[in-house]
Amino acid sequence: MLPALFERFGLNQLWPTGGFPGGVHPPEHKITADSPIIELPLPPQLILPLKQHIGEICAPLVEVGQHVLRGQKIAKSQGYVSASVHAPTSGTVVGVQDHAVPHPSGMGRPCLMIEPDGEDRPDESRAPISDYRNEDPALIRERIRMSGIVGLGGAVFPTFIKMLRDQRHPVQTVILNGAECEPYLTCDHRLMLEHAHDVLRGMDVIMHAVNAQNGVVAIEDNKPDAIAVMRGAIEAAGMDNVEVRTLPTRYPQGGEKQLIQTITGKQVPEGRLPLHVGVLCQNVGTAKAIHDAVCLGVPLIKRVVTISGDAVPNPANVCVRIGTPIPFVLAQCGLEDLNDVRLIHGGPMMGERLPRTHVPLVKSTNGILAFHRQSLYSEQAVEEPCIRCGHCVEVCPAGLVPNELAWHCRNDQFDRGQDYNLFDCIECGCCSYVCPSHIPLVHYFRYAKGQVAKIEKERAFAELSKARSEARDNRLAREQAERAARRSKVRKQHAPAADKAAKTAEKKTDEGKTGEGKTEAVKKEGDKA
Amino acid sequence: MSEFALILLSAVLVNNFVLTKFLGICPFLGVSSKLETAVGMSLAVLFVMTLASTASWLVQKFILIPFDLMYLQTIFFILIIAVLVQFIEMLIHKSSPVLYQALGIFLPLITTNCAVLGVALLNVQQEQTFMTSALYGFGSALGFALVLLLFAGLRERIDKAPVPDAFKGSAVSLITAGLMSLAFMGFSGLVKV
Amino acid sequence: MNILMAILTLGGMALIAGIVLAVASRAFHVEGDPMVDKIDAVLPQTQCGQCGYPGCVPYATAVASGEADVNLCVPGGERSMLAIADLMGVPPKEVEEEAAVPMLAFVREDECIGCTLCIKACPVDAIIGAPKQYHTVIEDHCTGCTLCVEPCPVDCIDMVEKEQVLEEWTWAAPGKRPSVPQTLHKDEENHAASTV
Repeated sequence: MLPALFERFGLNQLWPTGGFPGGVHPPEHKITADSPIIELPLPPQLILPLKQHIGEICAPLVEVGQHVLRGQKIAKSQGYVSASVHAPTSGTVVGVQDHAVPHPSGMGRPCLMIEPDGEDRPDESRAPISDYRNEDPALIRERIRMSGIVGLGGAVFPTFIKMLRDQRHPVQTVILNGAECEPYLTCDHRLMLEHAHDVLRGMDVIMHAVNAQNGVVAIEDNKPDAIAVMRGAIEAAGMDNVEVRTLPTRYPQGGEKQLIQTITGKQVPEGRLPLHVGVLCQNVGTAKAIHDAVCLGVPLIKRVVTISGDAVPNPANVCVRIGTPIPFVLAQCGLEDLNDVRLIHGGPMMGERLPRTHVPLVKSTNGILAFHRQSLYSEQAVEEPCIRCGHCVEVCPAGLVPNELAWHCRNDQFDRGQDYNLFDCIECGCCSYVCPSHIPLVHYFRYAKGQVAKIEKERAFAELSKARSEARDNRLAREQAERAARRSKVRKQHAPAADKAAKTAEKKTDEGKTGEGKTEAVKKEGDKA
Repeated sequence: MSEFALILLSAVLVNNFVLTKFLGICPFLGVSSKLETAVGMSLAVLFVMTLASTASWLVQKFILIPFDLMYLQTIFFILIIAVLVQFIEMLIHKSSPVLYQALGIFLPLITTNCAVLGVALLNVQQEQTFMTSALYGFGSALGFALVLLLFAGLRERIDKAPVPDAFKGSAVSLITAGLMSLAFMGFSGLVKV
Repeated sequence: MNILMAILTLGGMALIAGIVLAVASRAFHVEGDPMVDKIDAVLPQTQCGQCGYPGCVPYATAVASGEADVNLCVPGGERSMLAIADLMGVPPKEVEEEAAVPMLAFVREDECIGCTLCIKACPVDAIIGAPKQYHTVIEDHCTGCTLCVEPCPVDCIDMVEKEQVLEEWTWAAPGKRPSVPQTLHKDEENHAASTV
């Protein structure tokens, strides 16, 4: 409301740097910014979780012992919000079983195991769509869907859903998210430097598919080389409706809603999508994957990942097949012994600590950070009482009051928490980062969100059980009534004499009644007359 | 006009019924453990107190004084208050069964709430006019509602706070009430009535 | 004379008051007890009878009328108890029996003789089968109430722990150690050794 008010009185310059409120600027630690992307060799075994996206789990299409080709679809999506899985290389399927996946729970999910044959033979059934500009957008969208592409920034939402051409909400601007605001991570940075042309073509595909008028490539100002390269590439490609926008370096600049607010000045309203403000936001990695899928006919089978952290001897940006075990990737960077090492999946701000090390690299993995146990802050920090300094309120990019929110979440007052807009929290970690009392605020919010979902689920189950129990009671009552009716019928057939007697008795009373009725009717008529 | 404003201000802040005159302490401590019930109680008291002060003024003016029945003042006033309380009890039972359950015994106890009878008697004592007595009743109820809501908010918070074991429960509530009372004494220089 | 006047005025006032209240009680008449529905809504609807009443609605009725305690619902646990205490405006009481982990009934089909007794016992119709046929439990509908275990003449129904799946996992409260299943794969170490 406040920004709207500011705008109304022409005061929007007063709003900090014209972007989103709050934010922090943690030390960048982008030590891999200058290391080129290295292609990693094939591991001895690939582990492909059947669910690497938001939505429904996939159904496997292959059997154990079957030989698959690189790029062959091995699991098909079920339901609308889902993304299929493809074989990252040629080889043999050796198993379909539960295996630990990169998840903070450390629990397992059904996975397909593939043993590469080393030949890496491609599946060439999918032809490239080179002339995509003259192609039906629906076909391009279908190609993206078939290629199993999901948002590679970390949210892993199936990309084709976002690329809907909606008459009511036409997309004007496509924003290519190259902000990469998380410390340590440099995969998007390197991708823009080394594959600027492919990334731009991917963006062009998206713009054509949704019929957008203009495009913005958003890059934080701590990556001047990427800005220069992207500007040059745009000029070379002659895309005059695309511009590079330099953003101030401030975490979480790369958050979808924050980025849109910085670039367009519009806030995505609560519970709505970027589509509703005419914007489509895609990560640069996703744009590259779209380029590969449409222009080269290659589905999403590998991605660029930053391997960094103080426990890694040779930090690097690597291009890895999806499904490669993380210990294998780390070993390639010189880290063999994983004892006393803490792995973080994603960036240090939003990433999750992995309780298990032997997990595959999945579509959402944009970075793997390995730290010595003693250098992890969260290992030593002890939570102390809130001193109400208000730092968390200042830095919250969603405009929430984290200290109050955490108070209610800690005391399991989830209704109150929702009054404080618990579900608007984007879990960026700014509040936890600045808290001088080391309160794990985001952890409280994650806990509360989980509990709310759980309670809601239990309530729905209780309702279902109640409906079933009521239906049963009704059925039992009806059956009993039917049985009683049948029994009386049977009794009548078996004892006709008694029945007759009863009937005559009934008739008599009936007659008596009708007689009374008659007399009454007569009486009434008489009254009327 | 400024006279009305002064009466309102004085009744709400300066001569607050609960914290300065110490009337109506029973519901103040009884129904302040939850904000929702405190809101319900505040509305009930607001309704009863405003109507009771106007009705008692009318009774005083048109029945008690003409018939020289001043010695029946208390019983008449209690009768009026009791009717109002019964009425609002039915209303709440119909409109909000949960609030009805939550207010419990404290709802009928408004009848013997000294704040309600107090405002009726004070009106008579101070020989207010009809308008000012209605305003005084309304203002006093507003003051009651204000402190009740503040106190309920504080208690809800304290309930979850890490209070030393010896102070848990009503002990810390009473200390809080005392501190609030001290704070309200600060208003005493605000207006002179 | 004065006394008579006093009696008349007071009596008149009381009469008016009585009429007003009579009219009001007619106008604001409440049908039944709305509290029963509200209490029923916070119960887990397992219809298990562990509270000593034959189902969730009877228990809700008993609580609303004040004859049952608020802490009798075992599967609802502390949360149901707190919600009921809140609705009733009474201080919370500790739930005596610890709510067990969510359970499901499981019929060992080789031993089932197809007597349909468990089907009749299930309060939510979560067991399917026919006479002389194997019976089985619909997992999605089983409330884990254990009412089917007792009637089975061959004791072929087990209560098994509901399997925890990743989709239903939620973050534990800070400070509490998350429950990480420690032995998911026996060969994980071998795997790690072979791939590294």
